[in-house]
Amino acid sequence: MNALWLIMVCVSIVFAIFTGHLEAFTKAIFDGAKAAVEISLYLLGIVSVWMGITKILEDSGLIYRIAHLFKPLICRLFKNIPDDHPSITAITLNVLANLFGLGNAATPLGIQAMQDLDALNQDKGVITPEMMTFIVINTASIQLIPFSVIGILANYGHHNPAAVVLPVLIATTISALTALLVLAGFRKVFK
Amino acid sequence: MIKQLEYLSLLIIPLFLLFTVLYGTVKKVRVYDSFVEGAKQGPAIILKIFPYLLTIFVAIKGFQASGAFDVLRDGFYGLFGFLDIPIEAVSMAIIKPLSGSASTALFTDIVKTTGADSMATQMSAVIMGSAETTFYVLAVYLGAVSIKKTRYLVPVCLVADFIGIVVAVVVTRWFF
Repeated sequence: MNALWLIMVCVSIVFAIFTGHLEAFTKAIFDGAKAAVEISLYLLGIVSVWMGITKILEDSGLIYRIAHLFKPLICRLFKNIPDDHPSITAITLNVLANLFGLGNAATPLGIQAMQDLDALNQDKGVITPEMMTFIVINTASIQLIPFSVIGILANYGHHNPAAVVLPVLIATTISALTALLVLAGFRKVFK
Repeated sequence: MIKQLEYLSLLIIPLFLLFTVLYGTVKKVRVYDSFVEGAKQGPAIILKIFPYLLTIFVAIKGFQASGAFDVLRDGFYGLFGFLDIPIEAVSMAIIKPLSGSASTALFTDIVKTTGADSMATQMSAVIMGSAETTFYVLAVYLGAVSIKKTRYLVPVCLVADFIGIVVAVVVTRWFF
C-alpha cells in the first residue's frame, strides 16, 4: 500500500506540473477529502444499522446457527476458522449480499467479517491468509445481476438491456476464479 | 424476468430483518435494546476507517486530475491497440478499480455519446458489471482492522483486476 500510494502521489504531482494541471490537482485533492467525509457519513449510517442487526443475531444465538449451517461451504476456502465462529456468518452474508447486488449490506457485513477475522489474528496489524482470501473474493465482485448497469442501458434505449446479464455472469465468474488462483500462486511463491 | 428478480432482491433485506427480530423475540431477546447496543459500535468503526479512506481518495482524485490518468489510458490504448478495444472501454477499465461514482458517471457518458448499442457501451457494461472498486474495498476493509502489513495482497488484487478486464474484453467480443 505504501509503495502504491507514494508512486500515485509523486507521479500525479510531476504530471500536474508538466501538463499545467496544478490548479486542478490542488482542487482535486480537497475534493477527494470531501468525498471521503461524505462516504464516511454514509457508511456511518449503514454500518450502524448492520451492527444493530448483528447484535440481535448474536444475542439470539442465530449467528452461531448460521455459522454452523454454512461452515462446510466457507471452510473450503478459509482453512483456519474454528467451528461455529461468527466470522463464518459474516462472510456468508457478505457473499450473499454481493451476489444479489445489495451494496448497502455488502460493505457493512464485510467490515464485520474483517473484525471477526481479526479476532482470530495472533499478530495484530499484519494481514492473515483468511483476510486476504476474503478481500480478494470481494474485489473480484461476484454479482448475479448488475441492476445498475441494466438500469442505465434501459434508460438510454438499449434494444435489450438484459442481454448483458450472461456475459457479465461469465466474466465475473472467470475473473473470481482466476483471482483466487493468482492469490494461491502468490501464496506459494511467498511462503 | 429481470423485473421479478429485481423485486426478489428487494425482498431479501426486509425479510431477513423480519426473521431476525422474530427469531430474537422467540429467544427472549429484547430486540430494541440489542439493536441500540450494536449500533453504538458504528461510530468507532467509521472513525477507524475514515483516515484510510481519506488518504486513498486524495491520491485517486489527484491522480485523475493531474493528467497522469490520460497518459496511462493512452499508453494502455497504444499498447493493446492490436486488440482493437474502444478507447472508452480502456478508460472504463482504469477508472472502475479506482472509483465507483466516477465509473458510473463515465459509463452514463459512454452510453450517451456512443449510443446504447455500440461496442464501446457493451464492453464498458461488462467491465462495469464484472469489476469492483478495488481501492475502496482495500481502504475500507484494511482500515476497519488497522492492518499495516498487507504482504502481497495489493499485487494480487492488481494482477487479478488486470486479468478480470482482459476476461471482460474477450467475453464481450465473443458475445456481441
